[in-house]
Amino acid sequence: MAKPLLEIKDMYVWFKVFGGILKVLDGVNFIVYPGEKVGLVGEMGCGKTTTMKAIMRILPMPPAVIPRGEILFKGQDILKMKQVKLQHLRKKEISMIFQDPTAALNPVFTIGTQLQDTIRFAEKSGKNTEKEGIRTRAIQVLKEVSLPDPERVLQNYPLQLSGGMRQRVCISMALVSTNELLIADEPGTSLDVTIKDQILRLLKELAEKRNTSIILISHALGAVRGMTDRLYVMYAGSMVEVAKTKELFAHPLHPYSQGLLAATPRLTGGGIGEGIDGRIPEYINPPTGCRFHPRCKQAMPICKDKKPPFFKVGKDHEVACFLFQNHR
Amino acid sequence: MQKDSRRKEGLFRKWEDIRRYWYKFSRNSLSIIGLVVVCIILFAAIFAPYISPYPKSAGKFINFYEASQPPNSAHLCGTDVFGRDVLTRVFFGYRFSLMMGIVVLALVVPVGVALGLIAGYYRGSWLDTIIMRITDIFVAVPPLILALAVCSVLTPGIFHAMMAVSLMWWPWYTRMVYGIASSLKGEFFVQAAEVGGASRGHILFKEILPNCIAPIFTKMSLDMGWVILIGASLSFVGLGVQPPTPDLGSMVADGSKYLPDQWWIAVFPAFAIMLVVLAFNLLGDGIRDMLGAKGG
Amino acid sequence: MIILTNNILTIEQLKKHFVTRQGIVKAVDGISFSVKEGETFGLVGESGSGKSTVAYTVIGMYKPTKGKVLYRGKNISQESKKRSQALKKEIRIVFQDPGTSLNPARSIRQILELPLKIHNLSRNHKDIVNKIEELLKMVQLPVDYIYKYPLMIGGGEKQMVAIARALATNPSFVLLDEPTSALDVSVQAKIINMLIQFQKKFNLSYLFITHDLSLMRNVASRVAIMYLGKICEIAPASEFFKNPLHPYTQMLLSSISVISDEEEALKPKKIISKGEIPSPVNVPPGCSFHLRCPNKMDICSREDPVMVEVSKGHTVRCHLYTNTHV
Repeated sequence: MAKPLLEIKDMYVWFKVFGGILKVLDGVNFIVYPGEKVGLVGEMGCGKTTTMKAIMRILPMPPAVIPRGEILFKGQDILKMKQVKLQHLRKKEISMIFQDPTAALNPVFTIGTQLQDTIRFAEKSGKNTEKEGIRTRAIQVLKEVSLPDPERVLQNYPLQLSGGMRQRVCISMALVSTNELLIADEPGTSLDVTIKDQILRLLKELAEKRNTSIILISHALGAVRGMTDRLYVMYAGSMVEVAKTKELFAHPLHPYSQGLLAATPRLTGGGIGEGIDGRIPEYINPPTGCRFHPRCKQAMPICKDKKPPFFKVGKDHEVACFLFQNHR
Repeated sequence: MQKDSRRKEGLFRKWEDIRRYWYKFSRNSLSIIGLVVVCIILFAAIFAPYISPYPKSAGKFINFYEASQPPNSAHLCGTDVFGRDVLTRVFFGYRFSLMMGIVVLALVVPVGVALGLIAGYYRGSWLDTIIMRITDIFVAVPPLILALAVCSVLTPGIFHAMMAVSLMWWPWYTRMVYGIASSLKGEFFVQAAEVGGASRGHILFKEILPNCIAPIFTKMSLDMGWVILIGASLSFVGLGVQPPTPDLGSMVADGSKYLPDQWWIAVFPAFAIMLVVLAFNLLGDGIRDMLGAKGG
Repeated sequence: MIILTNNILTIEQLKKHFVTRQGIVKAVDGISFSVKEGETFGLVGESGSGKSTVAYTVIGMYKPTKGKVLYRGKNISQESKKRSQALKKEIRIVFQDPGTSLNPARSIRQILELPLKIHNLSRNHKDIVNKIEELLKMVQLPVDYIYKYPLMIGGGEKQMVAIARALATNPSFVLLDEPTSALDVSVQAKIINMLIQFQKKFNLSYLFITHDLSLMRNVASRVAIMYLGKICEIAPASEFFKNPLHPYTQMLLSSISVISDEEEALKPKKIISKGEIPSPVNVPPGCSFHLRCPNKMDICSREDPVMVEVSKGHTVRCHLYTNTHV
């Protein structure tokens, strides 16, 4: 297989707070291949956003510390990068779309100002810096995200646009520079169902057209199903299962993935599964071994003592659960 | 038995709360300094007759043999032109400063807060309009100027000074609480209490007021410094505490005549004013950090 | 006169308009439906559809501009301060975001003892503590939570406290305003199952408001879809998902992201979502959906369609069906 575009190797992230250390990320392993659409699913507080912020190096440090691990982007460790290199990375290679488009746009500047600044910033080193060129480029990217009447949008302030339009503007800003990797953190969650559907379809189309890799983060399984090639399930600071999306929905193996699927309400009706008892552990004193074992109905003695590594159970399908340690 | 364990559990939780508050408060070392200094000043003021080296110096006391001595081992801060110990008079001076601050705040806070709560909760009604327009009028007059006017028309004295300052001070609490209360009014927890049948008194004082406590306490601590400063200013121009009662403001005023040769007479009281104002400000910052958010 | 129906709540031609600087916002504009004793009636819509306004009018946070709210045949179209305490005990509400519906400055104990005190449901101090502990046990929370403050517990747990607060007065009718939309699916499953269980145990009727159609399929017996202050379609839940009639309903259904192929098969294929909800200040003339509608006809921009019953219990408000059936 091709060389990974992004690879997180055994990364830990801690936060120092009152009463001790929040051990949030606990050995994250995560790979994105070029041109791949990867989903990352997990519940609130499982560390999805922390992982992504670590990739962008926008974690506030302190209180955050990264005691171990590396994030390799095209073979280079992002965590050790110099500021100049990092600027280039954020400008040209990786960008992020946030959940709440309202918070991501500055309310006192017009869309035009913000978008053109982004373009100028991204292309500072290159040609194409004259005013007209930038404006044309701005209109062009707005067209790309299917915003009607881009000339007018350029003159509008963020609050004059609807939530869906604002999210499109955010996507367009990300598109200005990104050629390699787009991180979308719950891109439609704050929007309505019909709008969310439009945004997700747009993202997918754009990624396929430009051959950009996407990491799509979501707390809901439904959103990633039609969107991604491969899917990671995360629980309490580490990945518990990874497989091709279709495979994972058809044969979820980790008890947590199974519980999550069972708890999701279905259009076919027939009631909702039980859900998973308990809640995400406190990170100051997380459970030993597998962090899921206190909530797991199939927990074994070993789960308490040892943290399960990934066990390979099929082509591209790995599970971090001792139930599968003797598989094949 | 069960009841007993329940009480113990409750006490334990209280203790946990206190520890959490202390943690948040103590994260800024400046707030601890503020707290310590405030405690020392309070102690010095309360026990001034017992701990000050020359308690007699507080009153009508003249000893020309020891007049105008610079700081030395017998008089740590020197003596003034009448031979009174400056340190002792600073201790006694704190009594009036603090009393002024406490009395003014005790008058001002309940009135200001209650009016603010009512106006905020009934936002948009005639009650809101009346309360807030009156507030606007009072806010427009600077408290120091009014206190000067009142004290010069009536007899100069600490009582009139306190009344004048109080009259001008409550609107700031009303305005602050009004802002918080009128925004909390739309919160779902207030709505929930309302549609659940809770009385207005309950909503105002048990639902909204606890959420205003943090800014009120912070402001009180900051204001303590301000009021003390105003009291000192009044005494400085001779309209506050009347001699021979020691007051920091009048001590600075008297001492300033002998500057720069006998600098200690004015400088130590001035420094004392600065210290108490600064300490209350630092304490206020600490209180704000501490009450910022429950939980966490 | 005694009205003999088994409807616990009836809403007749309810209108709620707000006067704002931009103009009149018709948040709810003439809707009628009724909730039967012991059932869960689902009200679905996107943001700005006015679904929450309906709930707030029923609970008494707003006074209706026009129309009636009847509870057990009695007109209750007034604000909460004019309502009797007995009525406030009967109709309770659970709000969407437990983070803002629980006072951060009050402990769980204080939150839960309030309804008990208001409605004189306990005789003395000891009784109150016992009742609170019972309530916490009922929603499966540890008893020592009475000492905690809302910020110290998880979102799901907060919502359980909010549910306990609503049920503390033994109500008959509970408004659930998106009770799980701020929560994770595993927590949602737990809370929904708990709500269903309470409904059976205490014979509760629910008005369940949500934007999540998949969830609605699993909890509601009848469903109404709202768009810009009006109801587009009302049908029994099973019928509704098998045979959606209104183009907006079809668009909603086709937009849902699902997790299995069986569900995918249920989604209408031809309709792709487009456009956004217009601002409720400037509602388009005629049928308010015509700007986004794939089946738009000439008449749609001129005349607002009326509700027609297509089959028993299944009504829809769309010109596509008026022409053929009238």
